[in-house]
Amino acid sequence: MAALDGEESNLTATIGGPEHLSAKSHVVFRHRISTRLWHWVNVVAFFIMVMSGLMIFNAHPRLYWGQYGANFDHSWLEISGKDHKGHLRIGSVTVETTGVLGNWRDSNGAINSRAFPGWATIPSNYSLADARLWHLFFAWVLAIGLFAYLLTSLWNRHIQDEIAPTSNELKTSHLWRDIKDHARLRFPTGEAATRYNILQKMSYGLVLLILLPVMVLTGLSMSPGIDAFAGGLVELFGGRASARSIHFIVMWALLGFFLVHVVMVILAGPINEVRSMITGRYAIKPDRPVIEESDDAGPAA
Amino acid sequence: MPDLPPDHTRRRLIATIGASGAGLLAGCDRVNASPTMRSFLSLGEDASYRAHRLIGGKALATEFDASQVSPLFRPNGATMPQSPQYQRHLASGFAKWRLRVDGLVRRTLDLSLDAIRSLPQRTQITRHDCVEGWSAIGQWTGPQLSHLLRAAQLSDQARYIVFYCADEEGGRPYYESIDLNDAYHPQTILAHRLNGRPLPVMNGAPVRLRVERQLGYKHAKFVMRIEARARLDDLFGGKGGMWEDRSGYQWYAGI
Repeated sequence: MAALDGEESNLTATIGGPEHLSAKSHVVFRHRISTRLWHWVNVVAFFIMVMSGLMIFNAHPRLYWGQYGANFDHSWLEISGKDHKGHLRIGSVTVETTGVLGNWRDSNGAINSRAFPGWATIPSNYSLADARLWHLFFAWVLAIGLFAYLLTSLWNRHIQDEIAPTSNELKTSHLWRDIKDHARLRFPTGEAATRYNILQKMSYGLVLLILLPVMVLTGLSMSPGIDAFAGGLVELFGGRASARSIHFIVMWALLGFFLVHVVMVILAGPINEVRSMITGRYAIKPDRPVIEESDDAGPAA
Repeated sequence: MPDLPPDHTRRRLIATIGASGAGLLAGCDRVNASPTMRSFLSLGEDASYRAHRLIGGKALATEFDASQVSPLFRPNGATMPQSPQYQRHLASGFAKWRLRVDGLVRRTLDLSLDAIRSLPQRTQITRHDCVEGWSAIGQWTGPQLSHLLRAAQLSDQARYIVFYCADEEGGRPYYESIDLNDAYHPQTILAHRLNGRPLPVMNGAPVRLRVERQLGYKHAKFVMRIEARARLDDLFGGKGGMWEDRSGYQWYAGI
């Protein structure tokens, strides 16, 4: 680890000044081994957690707020399948979801009225017991990985130096310019591409420091065994039924992050981006001319 | 992007992701069926059990206020055992029903419902968490299991307490088991009252187990016999409970 870190900082040092940025693209070291390792462990763990979690949700496709919630209590979300139709109800709004939620065809062509369809769950056929087997194993992988990564990233100053926004970046004008650049798909080039931009910092910070920890903590607080020795946790989320609701909502937030993340990787050049997350090496494109606003500098299509 | 026609690359990438997704899913189902993989994944359960026992010790489950009780305590699983023996007991108000405590004990007990009611009682308002995801809060009253176990004097070989029930699930007799940590836990009671009234049949009359730090299926209903045992692998399907044997639910259901 120490040797690798040393190597990385040397490599990073070579990109320090603009004199290294020639007109041609060149390769820099972008991601530490800890980041790359955690990233790919999470790809596996996150998808197994989401898909086995959707199967667990299928066992009781209703969500409540408060300490408790069962069939006779008021649910704020329900996915139901009755009379050959599927419905999703959120609050008092109901939409028909036939074909996707509450009424869908399994791989044998049979109609199934469970909430989430077989292609989205682990296992694909209804089994709460099997889903829990997967979920409660990979929960350890996700939680230990997150904890180790948080510690490592504080220790090697990844969080302080690369994720924490600078006061300059938090200025409205800077934020607005970055939002406009993203909207026009003008990605950073040259020296600016060697570090995270403010929208990246904010989304990675949100995922790393808020969404994933909340996911782990709401998960833990649904455990009656843990509630006995850490009852404050479930109270923090407003009760077990609320913790379950928050667990579900934050899962969608993380899926949303994943979608935007993958779209951004594809738009920014998938081969270079994926390579940088495997080998750590990232090709920097030369700085685009500052004044010219010609569109050919941005990624087409 | 400079080297490859971007559109082509992207389309191919998306197609690859889609195809590997489908392959992955089929793979997951195959992996799910593999006994090696299943025993590997069950390390998660072992780790939870050890961690909870290590950190939790004898910690008490949260008890709630009377104002927080669920308006209706949802019954689940069997709501009316069909056996003629149970039906006879029910018809006679459980007058001749006896709870047997035996196995690795020095004294076998046969307790009538009146005897159970005359033991020191514990009343607790706790949250019941079903493995499916719903929860309900109810007030339970009954003697502590530890009281019965002390009266029966467990032998040193006893490691588990097994509960045999009057109900069946798909032809399998319901049973459950817990370790001695839970068996002697102060909140582990044999409840014969729910919300101040005699325990309704649908909730497990005449008595049901409350083992507050575990999920609902561990709270055996319609308990007929309690046995102290050294092992569980020689009983029914060998996994320590009807749901554990039948569907592979975790024996330790603290999470």
